[in-house]
Amino acid sequence: MNPFVTLRIAFRAILRNKMRSFLTTLGIIIGVAAVIAMMAIGAGAKAQVEAAFAAMGTNLLILLPGSTSTGGSFGGFGTMPTLTWDDLASIRSEVATVRAAAPSLRSNQSMVSEEMNWTTSVIGTTPEYFQIRSWPIALGSPFTQGDVDIGSKVVVLGQTVAERLFGANANPVGQSIRIGNTPFSVVGIASRKGQSASGQDYDDTAFIPVTTFAHRISGGLTKYLTGQIFIQSTSSETTARALGDITALLRDRHHIAPGADDDFSIRNLSEIAGAQQQGTETMTTLLASVAAVSLLVGGIGIMNIMLVSVTERTREIGIRMAIGAKPHSILLQFLIEALTLSMAGGLIGVALGVGMAGWLAERFRWPMLIQPDVIGISVVFSAFVGVAFGLYPARKASQLDPIEALRYE
Amino acid sequence: MSSPLIEVVDVHKVYKTGDVEVQALCGVSLAVEPGEFVAIMGASGSGKSTLMNVLGCLDRPTAGRYVLAGREVSHMSKEELAEVRNQVLGFVFQNFNLLTRTSALENVELPLIYRGVRSKDRVRRATAALERVGLAGRFEHTPSQLSGGQQQRVAIARALVGDPKVILADEPTGNLDSKTSRDVMALFQELGQTGMTVVLVTHEADVAEYASRVVVVRDGLIRSDKKQVQRSASEIDLEARSGGML
Repeated sequence: MNPFVTLRIAFRAILRNKMRSFLTTLGIIIGVAAVIAMMAIGAGAKAQVEAAFAAMGTNLLILLPGSTSTGGSFGGFGTMPTLTWDDLASIRSEVATVRAAAPSLRSNQSMVSEEMNWTTSVIGTTPEYFQIRSWPIALGSPFTQGDVDIGSKVVVLGQTVAERLFGANANPVGQSIRIGNTPFSVVGIASRKGQSASGQDYDDTAFIPVTTFAHRISGGLTKYLTGQIFIQSTSSETTARALGDITALLRDRHHIAPGADDDFSIRNLSEIAGAQQQGTETMTTLLASVAAVSLLVGGIGIMNIMLVSVTERTREIGIRMAIGAKPHSILLQFLIEALTLSMAGGLIGVALGVGMAGWLAERFRWPMLIQPDVIGISVVFSAFVGVAFGLYPARKASQLDPIEALRYE
Repeated sequence: MSSPLIEVVDVHKVYKTGDVEVQALCGVSLAVEPGEFVAIMGASGSGKSTLMNVLGCLDRPTAGRYVLAGREVSHMSKEELAEVRNQVLGFVFQNFNLLTRTSALENVELPLIYRGVRSKDRVRRATAALERVGLAGRFEHTPSQLSGGQQQRVAIARALVGDPKVILADEPTGNLDSKTSRDVMALFQELGQTGMTVVLVTHEADVAEYASRVVVVRDGLIRSDKKQVQRSASEIDLEARSGGML
């Protein structure tokens, strides 16, 4: 029997009870729409986390000095300077898994341009910093190692700071500003990086050579490095090994006895990123499974209505059989009817889900990511639901006895 | 003489309802030659409907042989029987059994759909069949828009459309008034005259008069089997009209 004819018979049967058919497919529609919207939200959240950690820098380790301890009260990591400039030098030169390392000394300073002023956090660092944090310079250039060596009074501004001091769309490269009472020359503007996962504005920062920072802001270069060290490993595979290598190096340099606590700490950002991602993935899986349950319920709805349909049309089945419909033609007819219902539901559900995701993204500014494979899987799955739940009613129809069926009132 | 089109030899049919066994057919033998117009008569419960179901390949006999158009059908599978019904037989039922909300033309096309005939040929053949039963111009009417007689004509067209070897009619006039019944029987007779084999089940003696042979069934057995002179529809019609005055 011609499949096109079978399809036409199925369409006619479905359109004969428009309301009923619509209500039957509603289960599938809601299920598929929910799966697509949930997956879009999940994927969007995941992408956002990924972007947030990529903004921090790739393969990043952050080394913090130890904690102060006065009378049993610990001040927390970073409160006691335990890291020295020599530590930084040996990390750079002795650990093979480290690609680059840069100090980060931080202080809030008020900055003044000719017309405006702004208070922001000033970071004293070395040129490697921009590479480690994957933070290119948008205008001008970063300061150089030479600037660090001689303590040049040059500054790289973040986008927010540049806007606050010179207005939007201005080119402040070459202009002069004051940080505290020291005049600085603007050599570059860092590209826009946006917000951190916690909402902090990365672009509200200015960067100066670390030596300049020590002399002009923190009051002299001492043996200790009074800030953090940003470290980039050679690849994502070597990050964990770099962490171990640095720990061993520093314990050795600080003469820490085996079994004693470290006087520093190292944060592995890729690990934190991984954990975060796993969190959003778990969330997505949970949401999607709940949505998938409604697909299952939709399938049961189709089975229910197909059983009703078979009973209602017993006589029609009898007539068809009497004039020569084979059992498998009847089976196919009802199966295609169920499949048409579920596929229609699936397609409408996809449209609705995409619309819903778009609306949520618009309304609540949620990040959304609609993946084509999710759409494909949803459609295939709804087809599968149609076949799976249509099979039993269709088999029932095909195994009717034509004599009994013809006699059915 | 040519070999019989329908050959039933010592057919038994036993129904089981719970623990009770009902002998519907107790050894029926019957042979129908091509071109015969056979009326099977019997009261309700006589086994004539069971015989009809067996002849129509809707049911398989419990025992015995049934050869239809040279093929042994008593042991065929459901799928094979469906094919035989589609290719060899045409059915006409008491209550017409047309698909509701489906046009006359599409109802007539139905057997051809299951035979896999292409759409163009289907329409051509269905049109011809409807014209043959005198329903030209009513192709798009659905059963509810047609009178009982017209519905039965659609059903006859549906039975004819696949060029069957035998037309099986089960009480075809049971739901029709006497005038329409005569028209429908005249149509069957006409088909018989063109060489079509017709087997008709009825409990009405005057319907049986149209046939060339009457087989009486009682208690699952054939009690009599007589050839008779066919009476034409016009003859019966005349008699019916003057019935009150004679």
